[in-house]
Amino acid sequence: MPYHYVDEYTVADIAFEANGATLEEVFRSAAEAVMNAMIENLDEIRPEVTREVELEDSALDLLLFRFLQEFVYFKDADYLVLRVNEIQIEKASEVYRLRARLVGETLDADRHEQRVDVKAITLHEFCLEQVHGGWRAQVLLDV
Amino acid sequence: MELLDAVQQVSETIWEVSTDYKEGMRVPARIIATEKLMQDMDDAVLEQITNVATLPGIVKYALCMPDAHSGYGFPIGGVAAMDPAQGGVISPGGIGFDINCGMRLVRTNLTLSEVEPRIEELVDRLFERIPAGVGSSGALKVSESEFKELVVQGARWCVNQGYGWEEDLELTEEKGCIAGADPSKISERAIKRGLNQVGTLGSGNHYLEVQVLHPENIVNHETAKAFGLDIPEQIVVMFHCGSRGFGHQVATDYLQLFLKVMGPKYGIQLRDRELACAPFNSPEGQDYFAAMKCGLNMSFANRQVITHHVRKTFEEVFGRSAEDMGMHMIYDVSHNTAKLERHTVDGEERELLVHRKGATRAFAPGMPDVPERYQDLGQPVIIGGSMETGSYLLLGVESGREAFYSTAHGSGRTMSRTKARKLWRGDKLQRELKHRGIYIRTASYSGLAEEAGGAYKSIDEVVDATARAGLSTPVARFIPIGNVKG
Repeated sequence: MPYHYVDEYTVADIAFEANGATLEEVFRSAAEAVMNAMIENLDEIRPEVTREVELEDSALDLLLFRFLQEFVYFKDADYLVLRVNEIQIEKASEVYRLRARLVGETLDADRHEQRVDVKAITLHEFCLEQVHGGWRAQVLLDV
Repeated sequence: MELLDAVQQVSETIWEVSTDYKEGMRVPARIIATEKLMQDMDDAVLEQITNVATLPGIVKYALCMPDAHSGYGFPIGGVAAMDPAQGGVISPGGIGFDINCGMRLVRTNLTLSEVEPRIEELVDRLFERIPAGVGSSGALKVSESEFKELVVQGARWCVNQGYGWEEDLELTEEKGCIAGADPSKISERAIKRGLNQVGTLGSGNHYLEVQVLHPENIVNHETAKAFGLDIPEQIVVMFHCGSRGFGHQVATDYLQLFLKVMGPKYGIQLRDRELACAPFNSPEGQDYFAAMKCGLNMSFANRQVITHHVRKTFEEVFGRSAEDMGMHMIYDVSHNTAKLERHTVDGEERELLVHRKGATRAFAPGMPDVPERYQDLGQPVIIGGSMETGSYLLLGVESGREAFYSTAHGSGRTMSRTKARKLWRGDKLQRELKHRGIYIRTASYSGLAEEAGGAYKSIDEVVDATARAGLSTPVARFIPIGNVKG
């Protein structure tokens, strides 16, 4: 799995490490980790609804921070559980620009096995770094 | 460095980390705990509370309550008083994303023998009526303009709409409505996240319990009687929840704003971005304070609507009116806030912004913000334990002044969620607890396993520590018989 949950940073909340050969992959892995903290059976999420996301930030790690917030936002605002369908990240002069298509459906308590609601993405020990073989992210979720 | 190596024991219950521990500490850190609790505390608490001690304007000590455990930014159980006149800051990480996460306790005049035979029906109906779990929504439909009124008026808005009794307001911290909430300071995203979530529990460690007060668990008969807790095997309802997605978004919005202005505009450098802050007396600090108050009010409203649904559910199940069943509130108190309060520091009275994150205000008898009818008793404090071990009602005491009149908020975790999942299975735990007389309905079996009693510190040890340290004094301990788990 390109992400795993770790214990070192917190006993109260949920922390994870995500990896990817490319920036797009590590963003995708981290998004899966956020969703998997809320829904156990991600494969049960049907691709019925689409949300387009466009973000830009001068800091790459804050771009990831904001991208992950989108999943928490759509879960509360539209009651949607979403996964990354397409994602592109470009560097344009001084900013990083992200475009993503998220697909999923309305949360269905009968089919989607719930774990715990993610309240927020935190910046505690938050990190996105280039490592041998790609990228690594470390994130703590407030649950 | 490990926690126990870094602290100096000052008294039986006070452990101090000096300012030498870390560069930039402006005040010492003090952990209030028994030796046993200190041994159980995770080491990350040390790093987090000493980071708090570096914040501008912090007064006296960065404090940890006996139930402290590591969180993000501040530890859970952290208390920090900032002096705005000395450049003191306001930090969302010192309040928590779940602004005004708190506890409410409602009594009844029913007894165990009346409720026990109906407990499954009662909990099933509560579970149907009060949405719980991931993104839970739909208990109350409000328009965007009504929502903006609600975040200004708090529980008052709900009572005006028929959700609750007038007396409920008097028995809520800040009378359920903190002044100065300004909806022009909240984002559209925050409103969208919270709009459908008034009257919902959420998940994680949020819960609603039907509990019993066994006579042997009354610690102080006189004060218990003063709260109307004087019927053998009396049933009460206790619940724990906050401002839901709305408050989480308010905190997220301002965390990002503070990150942008903190260094360039205010010259504040921090060890942990999660502690992002702004001077309280700055436009950004004041905007967050006004937005955070909307979160406080949303949460009071949330618990008010849940109270209404609890009363309606009892009425349906028992066929009697809530008034007839004596379903009066005992109190509603927050454990994630920052509030302006007057405290005496080194003989001088000052107005301080007291951050309490996973810590409960515990005002002493006679203090102005204690409800009129509790003036001689002190402010009630409601401490939620794990679903297996019970919960407490405490009272604030005069000796709490050294801790800015603060005490614990719960039992505090000792084990990570991942580890708890490996040790317990939710469905098996549910069956075992049913066998032990605790009927549980949950939105999440794995979430249930993560909340197993064994993942928490002993609530008795925590309450004992608060009493020994002179932070609060116990009134009674309640044992769950039914639980709705988010």
